Amino acid sequence: MTAIESKPAEAVVKAKATTHPSALSEFWFYFSRNKGAVIGLVIFLVILVVAVFAPFVAPHSPSQQNRELLLLPPAFQQGGNWSFVLGTDAVGRDILSRLIYGARFSLFIGLVVVTLSVISGVLIGLVAGYFRGKVDTVIMRVMDIILAFPSLLLALVLVAVLGPGLLNAMIAISLVNQPHFVRLTRASVMTERTKEYVIGSQVAGAGTLRLMFKTILPNCLAPLIVQATLAFSAAILDAAALGFLGMGAQPPTPEWGTMLAEAREFIQRAWWVVTFPGLAILITVLAINLMGDGLRDALDPKLKRS
Amino acid sequence: MSEPVLQGKDLSRFYSVKRGMFKPEAIVRALNGVTFELHSGKTLAVVGESGCGKSTLARLVTMIEDPSAGSLLIDGKPAHVGDKSLRSLVQIVFQNPYGSLNPRQKVGTILEEPLVINTRDDAATRRRKVEEMMTKVGLRPEHYDRYPHMFSGGQRQRIAIARALMLRPKVLVLDEPVSALDLSIQAQVLNLLMDLQKEMGLAYLFISHGLSVVRHIADEVMVMYLGRPVEMGTAESVFAHPKHPYTAALLSATPMADPEGKRERIQLQGELPSPLKPPAGCPFNPRCWRATEECRQAMPPLEGDEAQQFACYHPL
Repeated sequence: MTAIESKPAEAVVKAKATTHPSALSEFWFYFSRNKGAVIGLVIFLVILVVAVFAPFVAPHSPSQQNRELLLLPPAFQQGGNWSFVLGTDAVGRDILSRLIYGARFSLFIGLVVVTLSVISGVLIGLVAGYFRGKVDTVIMRVMDIILAFPSLLLALVLVAVLGPGLLNAMIAISLVNQPHFVRLTRASVMTERTKEYVIGSQVAGAGTLRLMFKTILPNCLAPLIVQATLAFSAAILDAAALGFLGMGAQPPTPEWGTMLAEAREFIQRAWWVVTFPGLAILITVLAINLMGDGLRDALDPKLKRS
Repeated sequence: MSEPVLQGKDLSRFYSVKRGMFKPEAIVRALNGVTFELHSGKTLAVVGESGCGKSTLARLVTMIEDPSAGSLLIDGKPAHVGDKSLRSLVQIVFQNPYGSLNPRQKVGTILEEPLVINTRDDAATRRRKVEEMMTKVGLRPEHYDRYPHMFSGGQRQRIAIARALMLRPKVLVLDEPVSALDLSIQAQVLNLLMDLQKEMGLAYLFISHGLSVVRHIADEVMVMYLGRPVEMGTAESVFAHPKHPYTAALLSATPMADPEGKRERIQLQGELPSPLKPPAGCPFNPRCWRATEECRQAMPPLEGDEAQQFACYHPL
């Protein structure tokens, strides 16, 4: 009798051991298989921590000018000084400190641009994909027009109209980025819209808003997350480009693109003034792109090996 | 007989199709004058090939679309797409249990959704009702917190049935509910459906192309061809004495588990004609072996007695 009774208990234990892994652990399983993605994530986290704790990490103030130490070479070169590890710029400011504070601006720009373009892009795309018809045609033609311009050129024109400055640059870049989100959302909404679970909800009495946001949208998120990471790096790059052209953050803001622009004339005499901001941009963008690739591998069911 | 819970009178649904810049729009008559009644506790089976208008009929009955012509009465009241009061009386179970449940929602959330939308129950009441319904369809209460992908096809179909029944509907549209399942699971789900029908007095509109399944569950049968009913009647009489050649062909195509029983298999020539250009007269005439000049001239009316009606000039 006891033998018979113990059997169901064993079965329960076995069933528990083979339960489905949680969504998060499954995600990490696929993400961690991509080494580049993990490296990208680590670098991104380091930059994030450095940016958040900039006042504690940076050896100097980013705007403090040391008149006696102009264009000091980096510490590992002859004539360098270990208190200014990456050297100083033309007015004697510590480049390392400026890069550390600059990371705050870059991440902030990425965050704001992605938030703005994701929210507006998803809303517009959802409307276009859900209602179809004339609304869809009008929205998509407008998006096609925006996409027809070279993105940096359009951003430049917008900033020229709005006036130079970091905030206006962010608005301009969001606007340029947003059509990608619109198209992506529209495409996924269109495929989900006709699926049976949506019709089932509709028959159960769900209204338009509920269908759009509660039923359909959560099923369209995976490609959007990937696009958002990639847009994050594109935004950093675009902001640096605008800064370089004098249309983004204005000096003395320690923004990486602006730093590059200021250092342009010293490119022959003092390589470090140009190289380090450029490297900072390169490494950050590369890290985020690697991370985005890993996210795509982990979230796209078509690339999953079961 | 008692009052029907759902009546379709001359239901039709036309779609216009664009054919390019210089051609006029074509009209597809997906459903062309279908009249039927559903009674509590009874099952009306709709059978026919793909493209005969079965699914369009389901969309009209569940008020996803309005008919182009004709009227739909639910509980004696005319129904329209925007009508919220009648909506909960008709629910649907789909063919594909993998597509009909939201993959991002837990079973509990899926089952509670109709209650959240249509009732003012608090969370505890909703949970109690959901667990009652889960027991009723043969699921265990611990399935409440799981996602649809953790279930097999048969279990998912049970979840889909539970969702459809949450609002205590009077009519359930079953759009090929078992054709995506294994044979053994098919029988389980069909038995569950028949038990639920007895218990809750449901009227079923059972859409299928598998006649063996229909024979098992149906009280009445409607055979459709190219948007029109060609034969209607009680299941016994239609299966025993099919009058329309198309019904006979369908029946002869049903496999039977009797290797000794020799039957004559009627093989239809040709394919279902394009609904854009239906043939003149009886829509079945190009494939019918009994067709005469008369059939190419005029559409035969649906005629017959109480037990069986058919639209054919040359019935078998």
